[in-house]
Amino acid sequence: MSAPGFTNLGSSVSYSQNSTPNGGAAPPYQNGPAQTYPSMYPPTSYYGAPPQQQSYPTIPAHSTSVPSKAPITNSAHSANYYQNNHQPQQQQQHHHPAQHHVAPSPYSAPPRSAPPSQPYATLPSSAPPPSNTQYNQQPFQQQHPPYATPGSYYGQQSYHAPPAQHPPQQQQQQQQQSSLVPAPASGPGAPLYPIVSYPSAPGSSQYGTLSSSQSTSTSGVMPLHMGAPLHQYSTSQPASTTPVQPGYGVAPPSQMAPTVNGQGSTAQTTVHQHYDQSHQAPQSYDSYGRVTHSAGGADADRPPSGTPSTSVHSSPGHHQGMQYGYVANSGASSASAATSGPAAAPSSSSSDDDDDEEEEDEEAGGDTSSSTTGSASPVPNSYDSLEGGSYPDSMPPSNDMTNQAQPYGSYGYPNMQPAYRQGPASHADASPTHDLYGQASYQQYSQPFPNLSQLSAALGGLSGVPELEVEALRPVNLLQERNLLPPRPLEAPEPNLTPDLKKVNCSPQTFRCTLTSIPQTQALLNKARLPLGLLLHPFRDLQQLPVITSNTIVRCRSCRTYINPFVTFLDQRRWKCNLCYRVNDVPDEFMYNPVTRSYGEPHKRPEVQNSTVEFIASSDYMLRPPQPAVYLFVLDVSHNAVEAGYLKYFCESLLENLDKLPGDTRTRVGFLTFDSTIHFYNLQEGLSQPQMLVVSDIDDVFIPSHDSLMVNLKESKELVKDLLTSLPAMFSQSRETHSALGPALQAAFKLMSPTGGRVTVFQTQLPTLGAGKLQSREDPNQRSSTKGVQHLGPATDFYKKLALDCSGQQIGVDLFLLSSQYADLASLACISKYSAGSVFYYPSFHYIHNPAQLEKFQKDLERYLTRKIGFEAVMRIRCTKGLSIHTFHGNFFVRSTDLLSLANVNPDSAFAVQMSIEDSLADSSLACFQAALLYTSNKGKRRIRVHTLCLPVVNQLSDVYAGADVQAITCLLANMAIDRSISSNLSDARDALVNAVVDLVTAYKSNVSNLQQSGLVVPASMRLFPLYILALLKQKALRTGTSTRLDERVFAMCEFKTQPLQQLMRMVHPDLYRMDNMSDQGALHLNDTVVPQPHLLHLSAERLSRDGAFLMDCGNVFYLWIGKCCNEMFIRDVLGCPNYASVPPNMGSMQSPRATNKNPHVKPQSHIPELETPLSERVRAFLDWLQDNRAFSSTIHVVKDDASAKATFFQHLVEDRSESALSYHEFLQHVQLQMSK
Amino acid sequence: MAFTFAAFCYMLALLLTAALIFFAIWHIIAFDELKTDYKNPIDQCNTLNPLVLPEYLIHFFFCVMFFCAAEWLTLCLNLPLLAYHVWRYMSRPVMSCPGLYDPTTIMNADILAYCQKEGWCKLAFYLLSFFYYLYGYGFIFTSCSSALRINDSHRALVFYLRMSNM
Repeated sequence: MSAPGFTNLGSSVSYSQNSTPNGGAAPPYQNGPAQTYPSMYPPTSYYGAPPQQQSYPTIPAHSTSVPSKAPITNSAHSANYYQNNHQPQQQQQHHHPAQHHVAPSPYSAPPRSAPPSQPYATLPSSAPPPSNTQYNQQPFQQQHPPYATPGSYYGQQSYHAPPAQHPPQQQQQQQQQSSLVPAPASGPGAPLYPIVSYPSAPGSSQYGTLSSSQSTSTSGVMPLHMGAPLHQYSTSQPASTTPVQPGYGVAPPSQMAPTVNGQGSTAQTTVHQHYDQSHQAPQSYDSYGRVTHSAGGADADRPPSGTPSTSVHSSPGHHQGMQYGYVANSGASSASAATSGPAAAPSSSSSDDDDDEEEEDEEAGGDTSSSTTGSASPVPNSYDSLEGGSYPDSMPPSNDMTNQAQPYGSYGYPNMQPAYRQGPASHADASPTHDLYGQASYQQYSQPFPNLSQLSAALGGLSGVPELEVEALRPVNLLQERNLLPPRPLEAPEPNLTPDLKKVNCSPQTFRCTLTSIPQTQALLNKARLPLGLLLHPFRDLQQLPVITSNTIVRCRSCRTYINPFVTFLDQRRWKCNLCYRVNDVPDEFMYNPVTRSYGEPHKRPEVQNSTVEFIASSDYMLRPPQPAVYLFVLDVSHNAVEAGYLKYFCESLLENLDKLPGDTRTRVGFLTFDSTIHFYNLQEGLSQPQMLVVSDIDDVFIPSHDSLMVNLKESKELVKDLLTSLPAMFSQSRETHSALGPALQAAFKLMSPTGGRVTVFQTQLPTLGAGKLQSREDPNQRSSTKGVQHLGPATDFYKKLALDCSGQQIGVDLFLLSSQYADLASLACISKYSAGSVFYYPSFHYIHNPAQLEKFQKDLERYLTRKIGFEAVMRIRCTKGLSIHTFHGNFFVRSTDLLSLANVNPDSAFAVQMSIEDSLADSSLACFQAALLYTSNKGKRRIRVHTLCLPVVNQLSDVYAGADVQAITCLLANMAIDRSISSNLSDARDALVNAVVDLVTAYKSNVSNLQQSGLVVPASMRLFPLYILALLKQKALRTGTSTRLDERVFAMCEFKTQPLQQLMRMVHPDLYRMDNMSDQGALHLNDTVVPQPHLLHLSAERLSRDGAFLMDCGNVFYLWIGKCCNEMFIRDVLGCPNYASVPPNMGSMQSPRATNKNPHVKPQSHIPELETPLSERVRAFLDWLQDNRAFSSTIHVVKDDASAKATFFQHLVEDRSESALSYHEFLQHVQLQMSK
Repeated sequence: MAFTFAAFCYMLALLLTAALIFFAIWHIIAFDELKTDYKNPIDQCNTLNPLVLPEYLIHFFFCVMFFCAAEWLTLCLNLPLLAYHVWRYMSRPVMSCPGLYDPTTIMNADILAYCQKEGWCKLAFYLLSFFYYLYGYGFIFTSCSSALRINDSHRALVFYLRMSNM
């Protein structure tokens, strides 16, 4: 029931509703539904049948989800979301940012416009939300078909073409919106998200009505709520409010209270849902009933999805819905998607709003919230009361609304059906991508509803998993098989779960486990000789993220786990925690599903349909008022720095991105420069020009002026610009060669400690003065030593202690080291390591002599300045009883056994966690992990991002091997090896890595493999393991024998600790493709471009040929290697040079003059010239596609076969023998030798 | 005097070992609190680190005393711990202040488990050595006093001590 599309709607809607009067609304609805049913039923086909829901959900979900979520969130908190969300969307899809906001209205408008709503339609949500919602839904249905296509859940959205209907609506909406809502300036984050918004946008338009309505309504309310935080929100809020008001204007009742509306809307929706339920109820409920009851944990979730899908199949209408439905079906996901959609927009924008709490607070808050949740009234109390008395009103209106709604509903239904019918057609249109979803959903449908345990057990069998497993277990003799690489980059293995669980499981990009089948006992784990651990990328830029605003964040009472898709609903009122197995009550507020707007379907809530959600936290989760975004830049201006010339480029970049710095109106910035003294800058508003204050007493640093050094960016923008313009010239004559970095950092700490925030340090040499001064420890003669490498650890604990102080004051320190000399990164990096900062290193940086580094610096800086940021964050990782956390890897301070303190959190850093099994997991078939990240967004909202991963527990060694994730294992081992090399020594770490391979092969041979083969036999799932380990041993961080500068080695180690898995794997084992003979076979078709998919090649020189051109993707950098006899057509068409000889040796590192002359529009991303030839287009399409989801854009270097740069290319060919390292084959023989010992 | 230097050493060691036992108990409790999330590792390290050197010095101090008193057996029993203390302090993380515990690594499960185990082992060692010193004190006192006509009350005490030591 809920499963169907409604959930989607509900999800988005629900949020807003949830926040408010859901509880209240529900009752009326119930009443209503009974009445309405009769009328409703006709539509029933539509509603009554689960299919409808499905269809709705699907479409709505996407579309709605985005809008709805956004709105919801918005409703709760702010226009910001809207703006943000909208902005991105607008930018991408629609020209008008307002449209998105409007979008909802448009959706609603067309079908339902009939009633009240033209205005409403746009605003519908606002006033008559309930009715509107209904309307919206109905319209949606109609519209959906077209939208449906668009509404792909995740990124597929893009595929969908907007229906013709849209334009008019959109225009209207746009107009309205434009008039109503000023387009907010897109935040930095926004651009990232636009894609999401798009899909959502269309969907949103449909759903948008709902969501928008909600959002609008909420938004309208919101401002009231906002009251306190106004500054932050103010910008967005006004916009939202205004739009809402117009809508309200139309509908007086709605005006009553936005919240009310929301409630009303929900109520209406609920009514519908109820109806639906009634219809469905027999069907779906029953199914649920079984499921829920039967299900141990995940079951509850599954049933819903399953039912919807089934329903879809059953009824033609559903089929229509299917199109939509598939989305919806596809998941709870669809519902979630809907939520997520809105959320996504918010999420991207969301960064704007949020509330964080400290974990402790969270917990406390959670408790309180849970208690509050109990009653419906409480909900309104918190927010409504804040909003300003809307609450009381809301109740009555909601009733009215429901009544009204019913009529609408009736209207809607008839319409709806047609729409559905249309839907199928649209389905046909739907892009192939849909198929995926569709299939998934079908599978679900087809499956019976066994108990969870059964499901999990049978999962493998049902969906062809067994085949996969068999394939994963196929013994591979490494000495015989030469071609191990798959044609395409390796994907994360899928856990052997039921399709239902798979669908809702956390994305492997966010949350990955080294063993996708968890061994039951530590003994089994030891037997497998594989490490158990998690790889987390919790603050990743997401395209879709359900954002939930709710008064009650439902959590387990004993272990504080957030409710998630893998809990079990024992019945309507109780749920069983999947981590500690405690049975908890379902709070009243949670009974209302904002997505489907129905009451009594807790398992359809977005929290239960999505494994990645974000909650807007209440004040319970705050220890202090959320801090504003505060940025301090600490700049080295010594002679060395002036020589390197970074200052000018930094100032340029910051000037350019000043408006894109994440933050709101409270954002504060400050600057501090240092050489042998420390210079502060007074930027107090009202000064005619910046004042420099010099403190020369570096032994006892004091802050010369307390209020004027960190200034409000908005108020003092002119002064800041002045300073940035004049700064490079001010020190151009500096002769001071000393660097007092330690005292400067102490000053920065004092300056920032009242607020917390981010300190960005630029350093170009070894600190030589004051506290924290360092000596050169590197012996250049030892760079290529094969014995141990010394000085990998810090020389002093000054930086570590300072970092801990910073962490305690919520200050994150990011370090940019641009040094051509040894600067003791091992010591300096501590300042970032323990304050959850990030480290950037540009060896041999010089603005003239090293253009490649300069370009990289500029690109990194742009990303760095504009990327999302979360402040005063904590992350807690919980796992199923029996599992425990052993060690964390990454940049953070560990505050307790499962709690990380992150002064700043950024979207580009990842974490690794080693786990151990303390108690047997025999009493459960599933193991779950939950990471909750509580942070303050740059808009001053506390938010909690929750990721939940669910994996099967197995008791057979072969199953453990079948589920092994070789990439995750490699990354975890790399982290462990780094730790080992610092705490012990490098050769120990290298030995440990080799032993990992030996152990695996031995364990597999003695325990699993029945074949008495000689040679190295490993399961197919681990066939790349020895190769990856060999590649690891050849990395800068761990190699010996090859000359490696200490700083570069230490930096490589830092990268290992913080890079997300995908990026790390590309660095360790780059992808190699042949470029000169790309065919369109198997090419991807994205939008209008064809992206060829060349096969991966082994990293060996034997795979290269003189007559070819090869691309190596190393993550940070691309190398395009041109063979001596390379096809001239390729050189001419792609590089724009007449022949091989004329290819400039340094092409790519800088924009080649040739390319710039020919075409001024050289893409910033790739420096391959933009030529109009088909070959060039294909190459560039492929390059752009590769770069698509990378945070930091990669530079491309063209390497000629005879150039000296060849060495940098060839050092990445890890399968070949190098001067000091083994080839792959030799390595295998070495392993074999070790085994026989 | 019946009260030889060796007897004085044993008596002093007895008292100091009692203090060390309290140190060990404190240590165990502290790490247990860390493990159960009750304490912030920074605070905990700040309270534990100042106690490390005093403990080592106390132990070193009565080792020197036994050396001076030529109590070779007792010294040999204590030498392993002395060597362990030296090694432990030599291999401590880079720190500017005295102490052993680094708040950034203390939460590592391996280190935490190691420290807990170390605490229990030390507690056991100190308890055993406490009774050993008690016995040694009684033994020396008896032998001295028998030679020097010690009064009955002393003898009774020694007997009692011996009994309690059984």
